[in-house]
Amino acid sequence: MTSLPNAANITREVLDNGIIVLVYENFATQSVVLSGSLGAGSLYEQSDKSGLAAMTANALMRGTQSRDFNAIATMLEDIGADLDVSAGVHRAGFGGKALAEDLPVLIDLLADVLRQPAFPTAPVERMRGEMLTGLQIRSQDTRYRARRAFHQQLYPETHPYHYSVSGSLETVPTITIDELQAFHGAHYGPEMMVIAIVGAVKASDAIAQARAAFEDWHNLHQPPTRTLPQVEQPAEIRRAFVPLAGKTQSDIVIGSLGPSRFEPDYMAAMLVNCVLGQFGMSGRIGETVREDLGLAYYAYSSLDGGMGPTPWRAIAGVNPANIQLATERIIDEIRRITNEPVSDEDLANVQSFFVGKLPLQLESNEGIAGTMLNMEIYGLGLDYLLTYRERIHALSKEDLLGAARHYLNPDAYVLSISGPETD
Amino acid sequence: MSAVTKHVLKNGMVVLLKEVHNAPLISWWVMYRIGSRNEPTGMTGASHWVEHMLFKGTEKFPPGYLDHEIDRRGGSWNAQTSFDYTAYYETLPAEHIDLALEIEADRMVNAQFDLEEFESERTVIISERQGSENSPLFWLGEEVQAAAFRVHGYHHEIIGDVADLETMTRDQLYNHYRQHYLPNNAIAVAVGDFDSADMLAKIEAHYGAIHGGEFALFARQEPPQNGERRVTVARPGSARFLHYAFRVPAAHEEDFFALEIVNSILCGPSGMGGGGTDNKTSRLYKTLVETELTASIYGDTTPTIDPFLYTITATLREESTLEAVESALGREIERMRAGDITEAEVTRAKKQARALFAYSTERVTSQAFWLAWAELFADYGWFESYLDRLNNVQLEDVKRVAATYLRPENRTVGIFLPTQPGDDEIEDDEASA
Repeated sequence: MTSLPNAANITREVLDNGIIVLVYENFATQSVVLSGSLGAGSLYEQSDKSGLAAMTANALMRGTQSRDFNAIATMLEDIGADLDVSAGVHRAGFGGKALAEDLPVLIDLLADVLRQPAFPTAPVERMRGEMLTGLQIRSQDTRYRARRAFHQQLYPETHPYHYSVSGSLETVPTITIDELQAFHGAHYGPEMMVIAIVGAVKASDAIAQARAAFEDWHNLHQPPTRTLPQVEQPAEIRRAFVPLAGKTQSDIVIGSLGPSRFEPDYMAAMLVNCVLGQFGMSGRIGETVREDLGLAYYAYSSLDGGMGPTPWRAIAGVNPANIQLATERIIDEIRRITNEPVSDEDLANVQSFFVGKLPLQLESNEGIAGTMLNMEIYGLGLDYLLTYRERIHALSKEDLLGAARHYLNPDAYVLSISGPETD
Repeated sequence: MSAVTKHVLKNGMVVLLKEVHNAPLISWWVMYRIGSRNEPTGMTGASHWVEHMLFKGTEKFPPGYLDHEIDRRGGSWNAQTSFDYTAYYETLPAEHIDLALEIEADRMVNAQFDLEEFESERTVIISERQGSENSPLFWLGEEVQAAAFRVHGYHHEIIGDVADLETMTRDQLYNHYRQHYLPNNAIAVAVGDFDSADMLAKIEAHYGAIHGGEFALFARQEPPQNGERRVTVARPGSARFLHYAFRVPAAHEEDFFALEIVNSILCGPSGMGGGGTDNKTSRLYKTLVETELTASIYGDTTPTIDPFLYTITATLREESTLEAVESALGREIERMRAGDITEAEVTRAKKQARALFAYSTERVTSQAFWLAWAELFADYGWFESYLDRLNNVQLEDVKRVAATYLRPENRTVGIFLPTQPGDDEIEDDEASA
């Protein structure tokens, strides 16, 4: 891989049914990665059936019309390969890896599980048990509970982001196999499906295999993309506290709505977030809260980006006695980053960071596949990376300040804490 | 990909170079032949503590400075301590590799071990140990290792015993550093986008003037095991665990390769750090997990300098009895020992290994790590010839190795019994849109 993936070295094919196939040849490796997504995320489920999309996606690998659970596992493990399907909010994703010679096996199995799942009772019930165990364990986890409560405060009940993709202990037991089948029938299909293949395979062969496996797939029931309801920034400080007895650490989440990947100031927001809570030892928040004051085991900020307005938040794990001080210091840093421009050095550092990390990010087949999928799903264009450096360096301190002020407010935010009760 | 070249600097430092021009990156590793294996009583955990102190800055690079410098260049850096080694690495865009060479040359000699930093790190490491203690498997692993190794340094955890972590002095730790951080006790590896002659010249410029010295590595050989050993740990936790640990050969011995195949058949193949495959078709998954006796089963072979352990770990389901799980596990192990293994299973294990090996060599960072590690416990050719040696293993070798090492009298059994509900580690799965 001597040049960046771009329109000249990525093969992009649109199948007759609309599926987009992207292939990047990488003969420096011996393996191949197959990944992608389609429009079957939790966005399309009702709130009283929260977890339906996740359960449907998980169930696909449990058996198809022609293969049972063991046959699927044998097919993959015989060749040292793996394949998973899982749901996010907007899309359900799939990802697998094998030796390049075994790409036909991966594609064959992917087509089978996406198109002909059987939802066999015993394996699906075993899977439900595993999901419920996972939810029970998470219900005792301060980090998970703080984040969940944060989402619930930030997004109203009418918004899909209010709910966890994994569902809840109340909803998962009520989802029936008929509902899984119905969700699959309505939402799995070629509309909005993107497949990326990266590795030691010829593009023409990979496209031919994908065509043979998927081009005759049609689903007339697929609904149009659901648009997200409007959501407003908090106009005041909203607090949530989830007490969990017997814990020695509290988790804090502070933040507000961040930009979607489509906002013009998304890139400026990424850079200013890096100054705030990523660069070096977790940016300014890490330096203050962890390094200078020694208050936290971890303290950083994150900005997800995505199809809609996902959170921009600071996260810290602290001793319960230090909650107030840590919170104050994080708010101080948010105030500072929205009040004054970052320094020339800060700007140069994060510009250099974002451009410099591309080679590491694109070293593996997985990294290249993920980047290609982002370029496709967010409509960035396949030449996105060729102008990436210029666009990063075109951003000014004022652009960063503007993005920080657009989304962050030190006087109006959601503050969510989970941990032991304190006096 | 080109071949590996090996060089020994005048001061004794071993240098391995491998050019890989697929991506404009270089990974630079310096691995010292000092790990928890070499720590006498009173100094357990010293190697790991030294690793922490090497991130506390030098006169040239004050604390925190390098985090910024590495990030600015889009690189990554880290370190790890194991039974047999302590290793440091940087992976950077090729044009910035001089920084990595400079960092490791500097901290090979110039780490400060400031008393205040040393004391504050004592608390950090004790907390790190306490963090591990949240996991029942840490307690169980510690007890099993201690029972399996009475004499050898593998008997204590890498992080060390609290008794030593509380009492070790700054000077003791500094001596541990100075005695073992010598070029003639180091293996340095570069893999990536460089010209070997240029790289060697740079390495000589950075490291050539560092003086080697005499040192002795503390190591005691473990006497043979005479009969099964059993330990029980009763602590707060949420599930019962059963841990079997069989005494097995060191990685440089030929039997190690047949053992990899035994593990693949019993528990599924061990990954080599590049991702892997599941183990749902392994014998023990079918016997224990599919029958709902256990929630999971996992097998592990660790390459080591001296003979170590092949471990099998099962998480029991709430409704199953320990006796039923041990009995089912025992039947499958006896089946292996009796030679009920097919050519097809061996062929399949070799194919799985080929896939997992391919995944592990895709990144320059993991290639450099494996070359350094292999050079440490055998020689770098161990890694290069890994697949050939595995392919040379015959069905008869697999049967012999299973019969030899899976004997009950060659194992230590550990059982974790929860006394009250506790936490489990969980995956953070909050979905991003």
